[in-house]
Amino acid sequence: MSERYYTKKHEWVLVDGKEATIGISDYAQDQLGDIVFIELPDVDDEFEKEEDFGVVESVKAASDLYMPISGKVIEVNEDLEDAPELVNEDALSNWMIKVEVTSPDEVEELLTEAEYKDFIEEE
Amino acid sequence: MYPYIANTPKDEKEMLKRIGVESIDELFADIPKDLRLNRELDLKTAMTEAEVTRHMNELGKKNCTNEYVSFVGGGVYDRHIPSVVDHVISRSEFYTAYTPYQPEISQGTLQVIFEYQSLITNLTGLDVSNASLYDGASALAEAAFLAVDKTRNKEIIVPDNIHPNTMRVVETYLRFKNIDLVVIPTSEKGTFKKTALEEKISKNTAGVIVQNPNFYGLVEDEIEEIVKLTHENKALLIMSVDPITLGVLKSPGEYGADIAVGDGQSLGNGLNYGGPYLGFMAATNKLIRKMPGRIAGQTVDKDGKRGFVLTLQTREQHIRRGKATSNICTNQALNALAASVYLVALGKKGIQEVANQSAQKAHYLYQQILEKTDFKPVFDHPFFMEFAIQSDRSATDVKSELLKEGFLGGIELEQCNAKFKNGLLVAVTEKRTKEEMDQFVQVLEGLK
Amino acid sequence: MRKYDHVIFELSNPHRRAYEIPKNDIEEVSLDSFLPKNTLRKEAPELPQVSQVDLMRHYTNLSNKNYGVDTGFYPLGSCTMKYNPKINEDMARLPYFSKSHPMQDVDTVQGNLQLMDELDQMLSEITGMDKMTLQPIAGSHGEMTGLMLMKAYHQDNGEDHRTKIIVPDSSHGTNPASATMAGFDIVEIESRENGEVDLDALKEALGDDIAGLMLTNPNTLGLFETQITEISALVHEAGGLLYYDGANMNAIMGKTRPGDMGFDIIHLNLHKTFSTPHGGGGPGSGPVGVKERLIKYLPVPFVKKEETGYRLDYDYPKSIGKVSNYYGNFGIYLRAYTYILSMGRDGLKKASEVAVLNANYILSSLKSHYKIAVDRHCMHECVFAGLRKEIAEMPVVNIAKRLLDYGHHPPTVYFPLIVHEAIMIEPTETESKEMLDEFIEAMKAIAEEAKTDPETVKGAPYTMPVKKLDEVGAARNPIVRWSPKES
Repeated sequence: MSERYYTKKHEWVLVDGKEATIGISDYAQDQLGDIVFIELPDVDDEFEKEEDFGVVESVKAASDLYMPISGKVIEVNEDLEDAPELVNEDALSNWMIKVEVTSPDEVEELLTEAEYKDFIEEE
Repeated sequence: MYPYIANTPKDEKEMLKRIGVESIDELFADIPKDLRLNRELDLKTAMTEAEVTRHMNELGKKNCTNEYVSFVGGGVYDRHIPSVVDHVISRSEFYTAYTPYQPEISQGTLQVIFEYQSLITNLTGLDVSNASLYDGASALAEAAFLAVDKTRNKEIIVPDNIHPNTMRVVETYLRFKNIDLVVIPTSEKGTFKKTALEEKISKNTAGVIVQNPNFYGLVEDEIEEIVKLTHENKALLIMSVDPITLGVLKSPGEYGADIAVGDGQSLGNGLNYGGPYLGFMAATNKLIRKMPGRIAGQTVDKDGKRGFVLTLQTREQHIRRGKATSNICTNQALNALAASVYLVALGKKGIQEVANQSAQKAHYLYQQILEKTDFKPVFDHPFFMEFAIQSDRSATDVKSELLKEGFLGGIELEQCNAKFKNGLLVAVTEKRTKEEMDQFVQVLEGLK
Repeated sequence: MRKYDHVIFELSNPHRRAYEIPKNDIEEVSLDSFLPKNTLRKEAPELPQVSQVDLMRHYTNLSNKNYGVDTGFYPLGSCTMKYNPKINEDMARLPYFSKSHPMQDVDTVQGNLQLMDELDQMLSEITGMDKMTLQPIAGSHGEMTGLMLMKAYHQDNGEDHRTKIIVPDSSHGTNPASATMAGFDIVEIESRENGEVDLDALKEALGDDIAGLMLTNPNTLGLFETQITEISALVHEAGGLLYYDGANMNAIMGKTRPGDMGFDIIHLNLHKTFSTPHGGGGPGSGPVGVKERLIKYLPVPFVKKEETGYRLDYDYPKSIGKVSNYYGNFGIYLRAYTYILSMGRDGLKKASEVAVLNANYILSSLKSHYKIAVDRHCMHECVFAGLRKEIAEMPVVNIAKRLLDYGHHPPTVYFPLIVHEAIMIEPTETESKEMLDEFIEAMKAIAEEAKTDPETVKGAPYTMPVKKLDEVGAARNPIVRWSPKES
């Protein structure tokens, strides 16, 4: 597996050849507090980079999830439907969707882990 | 002096001193001079309670409505309201409270909503209910939005036998959101025409609306087939129902409907010239996160004691702003309370009896009219508690004759649809007596 | 007081009942003799069966777990929790009004129509508009209606390209939500720190695609928008319309009018400014007023006064249609009509003056302990940004919850969104100085507690029927109806 990249909207993506795995950062889950519901797309849905693909909700807030990279959904983490709190427990291993990447070069525009760390320190 | 303003001139002086200004006017200094209203409002000066009461009674007498025996329906019914209803909703701990945003101090309202939701789900046979919406018409429009949101299609099919006012509301709501409203004709019998649906329904359909009993009071008898056809096309079936009739008629849940809506006026709410009433909405479990409006949920406090909160609030405008499922803030809480008290006052047996008795009495009146007068039925189809009749005389004439004898005669169908010439829609509730109905028939007899 | 913890279903006994329905004085026939069997329900709906005593005690006990304006001080900012006069309730229950059916002939409801016509004129005079519709059932419903009117106006003028509404980020959440309901897209502009409109941001956002601007004035920080004349000129020059959110109308009655400020469309919340009860969350009433050039788009019917009397006129081909089944919440706006008569022009003006006086009194009295969001005189409500740093650090939600133990309803917290740790206090004109002093002392005492005994504040409330409730659990596994197994 390659390096984990981040967006300024706090999603992470791991790209492995044509396949990318997407989730939200530990910082994001911490900011949201107790996650009560996660709405995810259906398999085969297609999204452009930066398009919203779902929603993550706490009791008093709802945040849209934005695509770090364009692609077609090939798998959705169904465990999160019944146990959204898994993301609170471990945001990096509890991914949300897997997509088939359409423009792998888009990764170049994302933040590296170090850059993301700097970014959230400034926030 | 103003009874609703407590501060005395002495209080005002002390307050101004602490604020550090000379006069109240200084506090309005931010209003640009040219925008200030430099005159008195063109209204009367304050009136005392006695003066207001006299004025309102005089105004009210221009109505002289309370002397009439009513056979007017069309979704709003003159039923007997148990005394307990007004006594409960007059408790000012309920009616002077705000929306229950602070759960610890609003357990009364929150539990009432929770119980209301439970009563409505049991009545409709569906899984979940919200805390109520504005009225039956906006509830139907919101149900259409829900179907659009869920299916991601933008077309709603509706028969032309729903309440004409409701149709106009739905048209307005949908037009502004660029959702297509496909109106299909009803059958000769005045009922939902399945073949018309077959013609129009497609994979682009988001929802199909059925009203039961429909605006003409007729009981739809092909709902099973309509539900099947709707689901085959992956659309949602929305049933608009009269809650009282659910005491005996098959519920939306039993029919397999996805959403049930209706106007809750019949449930213990007075006529009040059109409002306030409430709209109710119930749906299947899988639609809960797309429902509009407030929802109360049961939970526990930190000692494990049962309590109630507003839940799933991220659907709502105060959190989601432009992306909320609806812009609705509050519900019709006090009307929902009235509906709850009414349903509890009736109980399982009572609602069956009220529905049954309304239908019985309506059929008695119908039979008497057919036997004794020249009036003929407009439709040849089973009805519930409201039916359409016609004669050679215009319905306007007939109504004014009835009015002379103290009866509000019903609704002129011609005003709703030109093809029902001279049609009069007559509603009967459990409140009407045999004597009143016999007199009503006598007036119609006299028109021979 | 007696502890009470039942859900109504738990009291049910099939042999009890709370009410006897009217006698059936006709010959009974079987239902399936006139209705097909397959349209009938198999079993009656599961409704509880209780005695009338049980019913009354149940709801009375529940009401004891509630808090209303009649219970005590209710300083919820933005909500205008003023006293609800009792004569309003009595007038609404007069049978002349309460027993009239919305579809009966207009000849028999002349009093209703006269009331509607007069109320239209009164509200138009108070707001400086040319005509009002009483049809919207709530404030948010009024917003939606007003925005539909805006859209109809632009479309009628061949300007279909005006598809966006500008909303300041300090606005009520309903504003963008209502814009969505009317099929608009939203452009949110940042406000200045005092909640006033940033004119540069506004200029930048204005253009050919803008249908209008939604504004609350006084704004959500309780401050009068001093640049309103410039804003109005800018929006109108760009071809847009100006929408007034009437939530804060209680500050300005008889002092200034939205119509004179340049607003084209407004909505009022009769359950705020005009003293009709909030009902625990409705029914409200949200009339919408417009300037002359927008009248023809208002919802039908219009009440028309003619020589022979009042009638209902549906003949407005450019009308947006209908937004509710009949004529709005008649029983509610009847209360507002009663209130306007009771107060008169002098009383309404006095109400606004004292509302502003009371808010400024609280502002001045609490600034020793709480940080003022914007240091200038406020209108009818004041906003603080949490405790002063030198006093203590404590999330405002804890202060709000602790206030419950002092016997007051908490103010609005965390709104407006643009103020960090916002506490928004709206005392209204109906509260006395003694009550305000009691509240001020409570707020100061909590501030001291936050310094000396923060754990006590954080654990509040202690005196309520329930303690801190598990909202996370309620949202993760929603239980939204009673069933025997959940109890």
